[in-house]
Amino acid sequence: MASFKPTKVQFLPKLGEKVTEDTLYWKNYKSPVQIKEFGAVTKIDFSPLAPHNYAVTASTRIHVYGLHSQEPIRSFTRFRDTAYGGSFRGDGKLLVAGSEEGLIRLFDICGRVALRQFTGHSKAVHVTSFLSDGFRVVSGSDDLTCRVWDVPSAVELSSITEHTDYIRALAPSKLNPDLFVTGSYDHTVKVFDMRSGSSVMTMQHGHPVECVLLYPSEALLVSTGGRYVKIWDLLKGGQELVSLKNHHKTVTCACLSSVGNKLLTGSLDRHVKVYNSSYKVVHNFDCDASILSMAVAPDDEVVAVGMTNGVLSVRHRKHKKDKETLTSRRRRGPSYRVFVKGKNFVPRQDDFLVSKPVKQYLRKYDKQLKSFEVSKALDTALQMWTRTSKPEVTVAVIIELNRRGTLKNALAGRNEESLTKILNFLLKHIFDPRFSRPLLTVGDIVLDLYRQVLHQSPVVERQLQRLMEVLGREAELQQELLQVLGILDTLFASLTPRKEVLWEEHCPMSLNNHCVSVSSVSADVCRI
Amino acid sequence: MVETSDIRVVRCGGSKVNLTPPIISSDSRFVLCTSGDLVKVYSTRTEEWLHSLQGHTNQVTGITLNPANHLQVYSCSVDGTVKLWDFIDGILIKTFVIGCPLFAIYVSEKHTGVLFLHVSMATDSKNECFQLVSVHLPKSAEQEVEAKEMSAVSSHISKNPSCTAFGRGGEYIAFARHLQLNVYFFRKQKTYSFSLKATDKKGAKNAFTCIACHPTDDCIATGHEDGKIRLWRNFIHKKEYTYSTQHWHHNAVNTLCFTPEGTHLLSGGIESVLVQWQYGADNRKEFLPRLGGSILHISASSDGQLFCTSHSDNKITVIESSFKVCGVIQGLVKGDAVLTDLMIDPRSKALVLNGKPGHLQFYSLLRDKHLYNLDIVQQEYIYEAGLDQFEVVKAAFDIKGSWLATVEERGKKSSDLEFFLKLWAFDERTQSFVLNTTITAAHTDRIISMCFSSSEETTMLVTAAEDSQFKAWCQGADADTQQDQNFWSCDFVGSYHKLNPTNCSFSADSSLLAVSFQEVITIWSPDTWEMLTTLCQPPGVIRDLCFGRLSCSKYLLGTTTKNLLCCWNLLTCELEWSTSVDVSKLQPDPFSENVAAFSYQSKHTDLFVFKPSEPRPLFTNKNVCSEKVHRAVFVPREEPLNSCDESTQWLNRSQLYFLTQNMDLLTFSTATEEDRMLSSSKQLVIDDSVAVTPFYLLLGKHRQQQQKLNTQSHPVSDKPQQTQGSVTIKELLHTPAHVLPAASVLCSMFVNSFLISNTGVQQDPLREEMDSEKEEEDSEEEMEACDSQQELRAQGSVDEVTPKLSKAQERELKRVRKTDFSWMAGLIDSKP
Repeated sequence: MASFKPTKVQFLPKLGEKVTEDTLYWKNYKSPVQIKEFGAVTKIDFSPLAPHNYAVTASTRIHVYGLHSQEPIRSFTRFRDTAYGGSFRGDGKLLVAGSEEGLIRLFDICGRVALRQFTGHSKAVHVTSFLSDGFRVVSGSDDLTCRVWDVPSAVELSSITEHTDYIRALAPSKLNPDLFVTGSYDHTVKVFDMRSGSSVMTMQHGHPVECVLLYPSEALLVSTGGRYVKIWDLLKGGQELVSLKNHHKTVTCACLSSVGNKLLTGSLDRHVKVYNSSYKVVHNFDCDASILSMAVAPDDEVVAVGMTNGVLSVRHRKHKKDKETLTSRRRRGPSYRVFVKGKNFVPRQDDFLVSKPVKQYLRKYDKQLKSFEVSKALDTALQMWTRTSKPEVTVAVIIELNRRGTLKNALAGRNEESLTKILNFLLKHIFDPRFSRPLLTVGDIVLDLYRQVLHQSPVVERQLQRLMEVLGREAELQQELLQVLGILDTLFASLTPRKEVLWEEHCPMSLNNHCVSVSSVSADVCRI
Repeated sequence: MVETSDIRVVRCGGSKVNLTPPIISSDSRFVLCTSGDLVKVYSTRTEEWLHSLQGHTNQVTGITLNPANHLQVYSCSVDGTVKLWDFIDGILIKTFVIGCPLFAIYVSEKHTGVLFLHVSMATDSKNECFQLVSVHLPKSAEQEVEAKEMSAVSSHISKNPSCTAFGRGGEYIAFARHLQLNVYFFRKQKTYSFSLKATDKKGAKNAFTCIACHPTDDCIATGHEDGKIRLWRNFIHKKEYTYSTQHWHHNAVNTLCFTPEGTHLLSGGIESVLVQWQYGADNRKEFLPRLGGSILHISASSDGQLFCTSHSDNKITVIESSFKVCGVIQGLVKGDAVLTDLMIDPRSKALVLNGKPGHLQFYSLLRDKHLYNLDIVQQEYIYEAGLDQFEVVKAAFDIKGSWLATVEERGKKSSDLEFFLKLWAFDERTQSFVLNTTITAAHTDRIISMCFSSSEETTMLVTAAEDSQFKAWCQGADADTQQDQNFWSCDFVGSYHKLNPTNCSFSADSSLLAVSFQEVITIWSPDTWEMLTTLCQPPGVIRDLCFGRLSCSKYLLGTTTKNLLCCWNLLTCELEWSTSVDVSKLQPDPFSENVAAFSYQSKHTDLFVFKPSEPRPLFTNKNVCSEKVHRAVFVPREEPLNSCDESTQWLNRSQLYFLTQNMDLLTFSTATEEDRMLSSSKQLVIDDSVAVTPFYLLLGKHRQQQQKLNTQSHPVSDKPQQTQGSVTIKELLHTPAHVLPAASVLCSMFVNSFLISNTGVQQDPLREEMDSEKEEEDSEEEMEACDSQQELRAQGSVDEVTPKLSKAQERELKRVRKTDFSWMAGLIDSKP
């Protein structure tokens, strides 16, 4: 005699991204902290020294925040016009910033008043930076020049005019104090050597360059501009390695994570994308507004993103500690010993064994199904906890009832309350491709059963209204998708037949008949 | 072609054991059931098939114990005879020739020498008029007697044999037909009839389905089509009858049975739940659910200790009176149709086909035994008529037998078709298949054909479906996650001009894949998934497709719906030959070049066996059977035959089994094979190891041996010692390992058996007492031994036994005497 076979719950994989280690790593951030600045945040720079404070350049101010503070520790407000490109020196003690009026100011991190002012640029200076020896400052300006300043004497050491458009990107070399890279709106990226006083390498990016970035090894250079992110191999004389086109608006900023040197790019399309070492997108952060600047703290503790609406969004990394405090609050279950008690007892030779039949433990709905109590089983499956956290269990019970041919019986004879439960569940899950097929049957049966009495309850009627709306929308969507599919088909038909075959592998399953059934149900709803 | 007489079609694979109610012998040791034209005897305890009563020439339709002698059994058959058997020894005692087809047999203790039989009325078979007749058995000593003394009891008989039953002590007989219950009283010679209305307001269906009479009370229980059970009382007075109704079954009650004391009523139906109603207290009932297929018959042993239920899935369950299943006798499960192909499990060499609903059965053809069921669907089976259930429709093994692919399907009629493709891995530890991957939407429409690649290294599955695509599935790494996964994923999707594929097949070295799309065959290379070529031979849709094997591997064979058998040469991509023959099944032999083709023409099926390279068929058999053949399989032989005759050569390495539309499993057997079978059956020792299990025998003997050790001082004759030893060895070799006692017990016995004391005088009197029923058989063997050795040694013990022997035993002895016992002499000579 076979025992009762419990309902099989199918765990269908969710469509979409696959879970990899990278996604897990980048998912492990808390929800962002939003800090409101006075204007668009154009530059964020982390101090290389231990507390890793960060300077945020926005409007006419530069604020310095601590890693976990939401109020600025320090602020530099002595700008007459918009400040740009505030960045720390290698020891974190000095800060340099350009401004709209063409002045470059140098601040002590503890002081308020500028230590030095470098005058000479005739137009706005958008990018400034210390060279790696710490005694010189390099700046790029809208007056097409790129100047190097001596910090102690505050004099201009040299001025190079090689770009033919605004200079909006700058990256000094950390290994060689005489090298720096600039990017300009004239679509070029240039590497300058102060020893020769001119550019030593020029790369055509093809779009106005918004940001340049050097890998720590300084063999690879990243430039962003337009929708493209390009990686250049400097050791091969500036050969283009990869060109990435993952954003659909201008890529404004790029930075490297300190763990594993993963590339992050932010764009006006409000996304931050994280690439793995083979330059495939592994993760995606969504933001509320177009991104202008971005920085990652050493050890990837914090990801700070500045946006056009003046909001600075700071994400902190989750730590195990936090989790532990959460779990310790929860009541501990019985210990392992309780479960194995008596299970590992080995009988001695002369013991008389009385075998006890192993009891089959069934879930509540299975017990009810076993005794053919179909309505009760459906009720159990529709209980709050199951239907919200484990919808697949609810659907499995529905499928099982349908297989037994008793789904109609189970759905019949319900009052307003339990009917709304079912309709709520339908509203929530009817478009999940994993569940839509059985749920559409449920919808059909509900309509058939309660057609006469639906108008007596305003609650149910409202829900049906909503159901009709969403179904109609879904049907339209499916129709559009089918149209797209048709267009694509014609496109692929003109390509080689092999390509077509490869593409069809990914074609959504049973889209066609799904659409038909969706529209039939929505038609049913309409009739009512 | 010359019709060779030494190959003939043989029916094989157990036929139905559930046609008639099984009967339990009065000592509860045996279960008898009809199986085709045999009556099979099983042991209730070990569930082993002991022997069969062979003699009828057509389907046996009823068996019943002889009320006068509980060791005898009557059987009736469609061939028009009633035979009386001694079922323990399997001897035919008498044959009564009735002369018309018989469909059921009833006996009663009160009517000695009278049999009650269902006969078909001679008019015509379409009306299905049945008659209940009583036959007086003539008393004569002859083996075959013609029974002429017939008298009709009634002609209002349902064709269902369970609608007739004898009442209390045989005073009356109750039979029902449609809506009428008739009771015939033998004393009054009168029939009372009671009728019910066909339906009522509540939608009852009152047609009778079965009947049972209480053994000691005047009460008749009837089962009805809507699941009601009615208990009729007081029907002796025609007008004042009463009945009470119980309703538990939700569908027709198939069978009813009172326990011998009449304390309980057992009922069963399609739900496969055995219900035990307490007689008198009608609401108290016990259930035994999930027994298997729907219950067709229930019978109880005469002491009420055992019940037997026979099920629609060709199974007999033995149930103790405490409502515990204690044994299952399983035949080859035959559903309504075999949807899967016939397959051979490469590991166990078992035949694999649809079994119980949602299961695959593994059936050993060699031992004619059901091995096990593999649950494919893994869902609770709901026993309800007309419910659309999941069925296994396709299955395939890979060449090593380490993977099994199955397709289960639901919703044949309705538009929403559900199906799953499942892949099962063979688990070495548990020696069974374990579910590895379930693919929910493998295709958007029904899968038509499925095959594994035949190479040893990489396994690949190809499925072709009605959504005009075929897909290749591979096990292994998923490129995206870069992990070595064990599950299967889609590797390639192919299509050809949006035509529906009809078949797919791999070549023998799996370097080529042939997929037929309607009238076109496309050849693909599975390595690069390039379409190499297309072969086209209109008219007609391709029905079957197979590659040649071994030396003929350059040929591709195909059959079309327009009665064409084509053979392409793959090297030249040209049609080699084609012939007009309506092939219903094309089956290549995996171990030779041969291909078998079954062709159906004008109500009979012909078989052709040919090599693709030769235009002349190797073997032709006209009129293999009268039905269409859709499934066939070549089963590799354990040891190849070495026949040189051209017509039988194709059966040397493998055997062809095929399944007709009537679900008969047939095969071809050659003369040499039959000879071998015959010789092997001669060597079989007929041992009555039913009640006395081998375990008991060994232990019993062990005790005897100990006794002997104790009385070592007594001189012991050498002769019984010797036979003792040889019997022990034989038993050691013949009993399965798991029923043997521990080796430590056996070892001393084994060594003792080689000890021979030289002084042969007399047997120990104590020992003679100890010997149980086994003695009889032992003494037989003793005799054999002494016969073969020396005639001069006259043995007292043997002389004592011989006069007791029955005629049958004597015959047996004669047969045994003829067999060769020279090996025994050799055994003795080797000893000092």
